[in-house]
Amino acid sequence: MSFSSWPKWFMLTALAVGILVPVLVGLGETIWAAFGILPALGRHTFSLNAWQQLFELPGLATSLRLTLVSGFVATTMALTLALFGSAWVYNTSGKESFLTKLKPFVQAILVPILAAPHAAIAIGLAFLLAPSGWLARLFSPWLTAWELPPNLATVQDLWGLSLAVGLIIKELPFLWLVSLVALKQIDVSRQLSLAQSMGYSHTNAWCKIIVPQLYPLIRLPVFVVLVYSLSTVDMAQMLGPNNPPTLALATMRWYNDTNVYLLLPASAASVLLGILIAASVLLWEAAVRAAMFTGRVMIRSGDRTSNYSFFTGVLTTTLLITVMLGLLSLLVLALWSITWRWSFPDALPASWSYGYWLQLMTHVPSALQHSLIVALMSSGLALTLAVAWLEVQDRLGGQLYKLTLWFIYLPLLVPQIAFLYGLKVGFLRLGLNGSMMTVIWAHLLFVFPYTMLSLVDSWRALDKRYVQVATSLGRSSWSCFWRIKVSLLLRPLLLAWAIGIAVSISQYLPTLMIGAGRVESLTIEAVSLASGADRRLVGVYGLLQALVPLMAYSFALLLPRLVALRK
Amino acid sequence: MSLELRSLSVTTQGTNLFAPVDLVIAKGEVACVMGPSGIGKSTLLNAIGGHLNNDFFITGSVFLNDKEMTETPVNKRHIGILFQDPLLFPHLSVGDNLAFGLTSTLGGTKQRRAEIDHALDNAELSGFYHRNPATLSGGQQSRVALMRALLAQPKALLLDEPFSKLDLELRHTMREFLFLQARQRHIPVILVTHDPAEAASVNGPVVVLRSTR
Repeated sequence: MSFSSWPKWFMLTALAVGILVPVLVGLGETIWAAFGILPALGRHTFSLNAWQQLFELPGLATSLRLTLVSGFVATTMALTLALFGSAWVYNTSGKESFLTKLKPFVQAILVPILAAPHAAIAIGLAFLLAPSGWLARLFSPWLTAWELPPNLATVQDLWGLSLAVGLIIKELPFLWLVSLVALKQIDVSRQLSLAQSMGYSHTNAWCKIIVPQLYPLIRLPVFVVLVYSLSTVDMAQMLGPNNPPTLALATMRWYNDTNVYLLLPASAASVLLGILIAASVLLWEAAVRAAMFTGRVMIRSGDRTSNYSFFTGVLTTTLLITVMLGLLSLLVLALWSITWRWSFPDALPASWSYGYWLQLMTHVPSALQHSLIVALMSSGLALTLAVAWLEVQDRLGGQLYKLTLWFIYLPLLVPQIAFLYGLKVGFLRLGLNGSMMTVIWAHLLFVFPYTMLSLVDSWRALDKRYVQVATSLGRSSWSCFWRIKVSLLLRPLLLAWAIGIAVSISQYLPTLMIGAGRVESLTIEAVSLASGADRRLVGVYGLLQALVPLMAYSFALLLPRLVALRK
Repeated sequence: MSLELRSLSVTTQGTNLFAPVDLVIAKGEVACVMGPSGIGKSTLLNAIGGHLNNDFFITGSVFLNDKEMTETPVNKRHIGILFQDPLLFPHLSVGDNLAFGLTSTLGGTKQRRAEIDHALDNAELSGFYHRNPATLSGGQQSRVALMRALLAQPKALLLDEPFSKLDLELRHTMREFLFLQARQRHIPVILVTHDPAEAASVNGPVVVLRSTR
């Protein structure tokens, strides 16, 4: 069966329509509304009123400050810790200490933290750090003399630091894993050996030789993290201050205000957020270039004596604390979910109960059902599309790869709030809204990039000669594809699928805005319950949120082993 | 300066890789290490240089100028190493690669630059400071890699088949250049090779690694 190039054009069109068009339509509608054109409200003329209104809304400057501080602090720390963590993993010839024994343990904890949705971690962290949270309970009253929760803003503080901590906990594992994968493309051990033989310490060599080569490979994921940190709504709601909130959260509130005319300044705020993010990305790159320049000056001086050990000590401690906080956030959710009564300042619940879990099994909530359907459908579709795209590229040559990479990343680089509302309006015009299908499509926009990215390296690493040998033995392309590629790539395929499930479960705004209340999700339930008083119920939903991706990962890791055993 | 190996052997997963090696290399001498494939010639070099990871155990000891090196951390040993590939750092220019290697005991931007230019002249690569390493030929890259290692003023030099990817004539030229540098700097050099002609051309001891079985 011979292939003409129509599959390539078909794929390109599918990608364009599936991904590019929704984002552009969404952005377009938002920009129209920001400049006064929203026919549904009877506004048809271009005007700058919306912007005027926006600048008169209270707390805008504080929101901006908050967004920038939490976003940049989170991204910088997460990247620094990820780079340091990678250096730590590659430091195989130091003295055997307590820390080296911790390495596999730390790497194992990263998986649940990575799989858990942002909202679950945020809720867990809030339950941990709050004045009445677990940490306060563990240390009261014997250390702190608190009989009642103190009046301290440990969560939802005015500088957005607890939000930054929550973001770091979630982004560190992501950037760390992305770095470790990218490092396989660099001959790390020999280059480090060379540098060390010239007198540089491991950390010194890592900073001057490995990091400059690594950064270009992880640039796009770092941008994704920066964009998310500046535009998150669910984490900001749990951990950021309430009045005034970050810009993204404020925009959400204006969108949902009972006064529909606030839709116009809300759209203007979305555009402002978009501009802010674009400027931030440029600022970030400028800072990186300045750092590279300084680095080169330092390299020319040949300095080897700088003592990095204080630096190393601080970073190791911070890394361990971050990972522990992530683990404890998930644990506290689990604890609350089986609590009956837990009053301050007891370190552990006074009485336990499985009531809520039993209830769950007899009456499966629709939130769980909907989340599962959307997750399974969107990750299944994303995986099929990714495989189709990669297979087509394999057979027809992949010059378009670099271009399509940015294209595929696009939904992750544009703040969700900036285009989801516009997309909803767009869907409404087409008569599609509030249905499972549109929500699945909206999820697909975000699931596909992650699925694609996690699959592409393993796919390309597959030795092409396997397929060449098979075709020379007379097998048709289709049969090659199934029997060879799919079975050799079973593990990466399943992992990409599991990642898709995790991303879908994590989505908050798409389900909220596109679903129009008709499609529920575990994340929406958890976030709205979290503002209430029953931490036990929140614990159940929060943990459920985290368990679904974990089960997908376990399945993805176990199935290949079962298949191998049966052979 | 001399390099001494006393009953040096490397163990991994309970097995001894090769029979213990005893070797003394005087300053300016180039010794040769040969042996069957997979026996652990690179591992031996890594053991001397201090690059082995925690999966390997070393028995015996390494002495450089009568100082025991076995417990010294790798970046304090001042033992240079060169691998089969030049491994010039791709994000730095040729000159910056050399600047990275140039020992920090030489201070001052102008002096350092002058030293690097001198090294480039020595290697017949004048004016190559700002070139991208990827644009250099294999032979040119090998020369830069060697100069980079030498600019760090090592007290000994280990070479793991560094010229095996070059053609015969180039290999000969590089070898002569290497021997000259070793003599001029009075440092002991160990060269690992598969090529009997190379082994024949060195002026120092030749060791053949044997397995323990």
